Amino acid sequence: MAAPQAKADTLGPRLAALSAAPTKGWTATARADALARLTAMGLPGRRDEYWRYTRPDSLNAPAAEKSAIFKNEESPLFDAVDRLKIVFVDGVFSEAESDPLDVAGIKIERLAVAQGADIHWAQSLYGALEAAGQKPVLRPFAALNTAMATDGVLIHATGKAHRPVSLIYRHESETSDAVLHHVVKLDAGAELTVLENGPAAARFNKVMEVDVAEGARFHHIRAQGRDHERRAVTHIFARVAAEATFKSFTLTVNGRLTRNECVIDMVGDDAVAHVAGACMGDGDFHHDDTVFVTHGALNGESRQVFKKVLRNGATGVFQGKILVQPGAQKTDGYQISQSLLLDDDSQFLAKPELEIYADDVACSHGSTSGAIDETALYYLRSRGVPKKDAVDLLVMSFMAEALDEVEDESLREEIAERLRGWLVRRC
Amino acid sequence: MLEIKNLHVELEEGDKQILKGVDLTVEAGKVHAIMGPNGSGKSTLSYVLSGRDGYTVTDGSATLEGEDLLEMEPEERAAAGLFLAFQYPVEIPGVGNMTFLRTAVNAQRKARGEEELSAAEFLKVVREKAKTLKIDAEMLKRPVNVGFSGGEKKRNEILQMAMLEPKMCILDETDSGLDVDAMKLVADGVNALRSEGRGFLVITHYQRLLDHIKPDVVHIMANGRIIKTGGPELALEVENNGYADILAEVQ
Ligand SMILES: Nc1ncnc2c1ncn2[C@@H]1O[C@H](COP(=O)(O)OP(=O)(O)O)[C@@H](O)[C@H]1O
Ligand SMILES: [Mg+2]
Repeated sequence: MAAPQAKADTLGPRLAALSAAPTKGWTATARADALARLTAMGLPGRRDEYWRYTRPDSLNAPAAEKSAIFKNEESPLFDAVDRLKIVFVDGVFSEAESDPLDVAGIKIERLAVAQGADIHWAQSLYGALEAAGQKPVLRPFAALNTAMATDGVLIHATGKAHRPVSLIYRHESETSDAVLHHVVKLDAGAELTVLENGPAAARFNKVMEVDVAEGARFHHIRAQGRDHERRAVTHIFARVAAEATFKSFTLTVNGRLTRNECVIDMVGDDAVAHVAGACMGDGDFHHDDTVFVTHGALNGESRQVFKKVLRNGATGVFQGKILVQPGAQKTDGYQISQSLLLDDDSQFLAKPELEIYADDVACSHGSTSGAIDETALYYLRSRGVPKKDAVDLLVMSFMAEALDEVEDESLREEIAERLRGWLVRRC
Repeated sequence: MLEIKNLHVELEEGDKQILKGVDLTVEAGKVHAIMGPNGSGKSTLSYVLSGRDGYTVTDGSATLEGEDLLEMEPEERAAAGLFLAFQYPVEIPGVGNMTFLRTAVNAQRKARGEEELSAAEFLKVVREKAKTLKIDAEMLKRPVNVGFSGGEKKRNEILQMAMLEPKMCILDETDSGLDVDAMKLVADGVNALRSEGRGFLVITHYQRLLDHIKPDVVHIMANGRIIKTGGPELALEVENNGYADILAEVQ
């Protein structure tokens, strides 16, 4: 089915503004297929079910809106971690700032370099998990990404990675429009942590496809950068095999628009998938988590934990679904989305969904939106804690369940420290 | 120490009058008890003194060592030396008990211009005090009051009091929900804090607690007023005859 005319009209200029995609090499077919998908579906419009709460206009526009470069006085995130650094500046790989792509237990290549070959291990994944994730919900920006990505990394973990891979996205140009596509493959029993941080660009479109084979463990921890005006639309597509673990945590503070989609397909028995987010927004801030977890096998455990602290008119969105396929018995699915509204101007829009076709499952979902607990605030103050500090303490306590999803204790503390820093500065 | 004069209090919403002229003075080094039927305004008095929202003082005053309490924020009252052990201690998920205690202790020290305690110093003191109240390391780690039994919550209040070393301690039905052993622990904790410079106002329903924490003065509160004041024998009278006689006597 072709997209309506209005949608088709926006797509042409949007694509024309991007640099042309390669037509040779092993990605060519996937790119052409993605372009066909995108042409059929068109860019999102406000009538689309999953774009009702988030205006796609600034993501649909041919050019990125200007985003001022933000002077960040904080020390670089993850600095104390022994990691392999890969740096992109406005979506362009920076060889000078990156480490040699060489870690025991993993193989790393750049998409822009590797895509010239005729065959590649990533060929079975690039655009494939994205394509599978287009049903039943359309994700046009992911298709656009597969078709047009200029670079990214292809990571193949064959064993236990000795260091995390750290993707650092710097933002230096006020009008940059970056499109990156990563593919991560973990062989059976492999272990890998991927860290991501930084604002990336004025507008950032990123896809990460992750294939986690039997018994493998993948951890993802991301911090999306403090730039006030940046915009981002990101997708994670994960396929989780038997007894494998997928865990993803995202910290978002600031940014004008952030849409993080996470699509997880649990295809093997006893798989575990956790996706969590902590966000703090002030003023002109719109943050959207759109999550879709499919249980397609026995005894799977999934958790979605999203916490948003909003003030001065900030908006938070959560659209989360747990789909339990026929036969996916003993599924344990949990979903919670909560907002803490620090004033009356801010809002939280939530669409929690459960769709279950198996009878022996335990699934729960809850969504709440509330203000600071006045009784707890009074209790803290009655012990001598000044009001502002008491509020901060309650904000951190509100975030705790999401932060607990960061397994590594020192990383968790580092993330908590960033949140506390934000609270002290208030921006 | 604590001086309350002609205190009149209404609910902010619905302008229901709860305290109708309370007069009460607690001297340093003394323990005063307030007894009285349910709904007489005992908790309201403790809330108004500690600065809880939702009440309007329509007349009267309350001072701590001459300072006007009613003009202060709750945290300023705490820094000035006022402490309320809550009838219903509040649960705060996600905030560790230890973090809570340390934040409170250091906030008060800071407000008074004293140096903050180092983590090590703090830990040493808290462990010591926790031990005498039979509060174990596990309870210190758990989120504030979450999953605590009634008795554990009350002991936790006393631990906070011991850590903060206030000048004026108000205990609101700290004995309710406690078995005999727990009550003894709590009473010992309170007695350990009794000193010349410190005043206590112990709100209770029962004589029981006053067997362990011997009061100097006993007040009977009813319908928003102190209707009778006497010595420890007044508590015994209530224990034996209930409030009916006293209420009839004043009417
Ligand atoms: N926030 C409130 N809303 C409504 N009524 C209240 C409130 N606080 C106190 N009251 C009423 O004021 C009276 C005194 O209550 P309280 O101070 O709790 O008494 P006590 O502690 O002596 O049992 C009761 O009638 C109670 O119902
Ligand atoms: Mg009461």
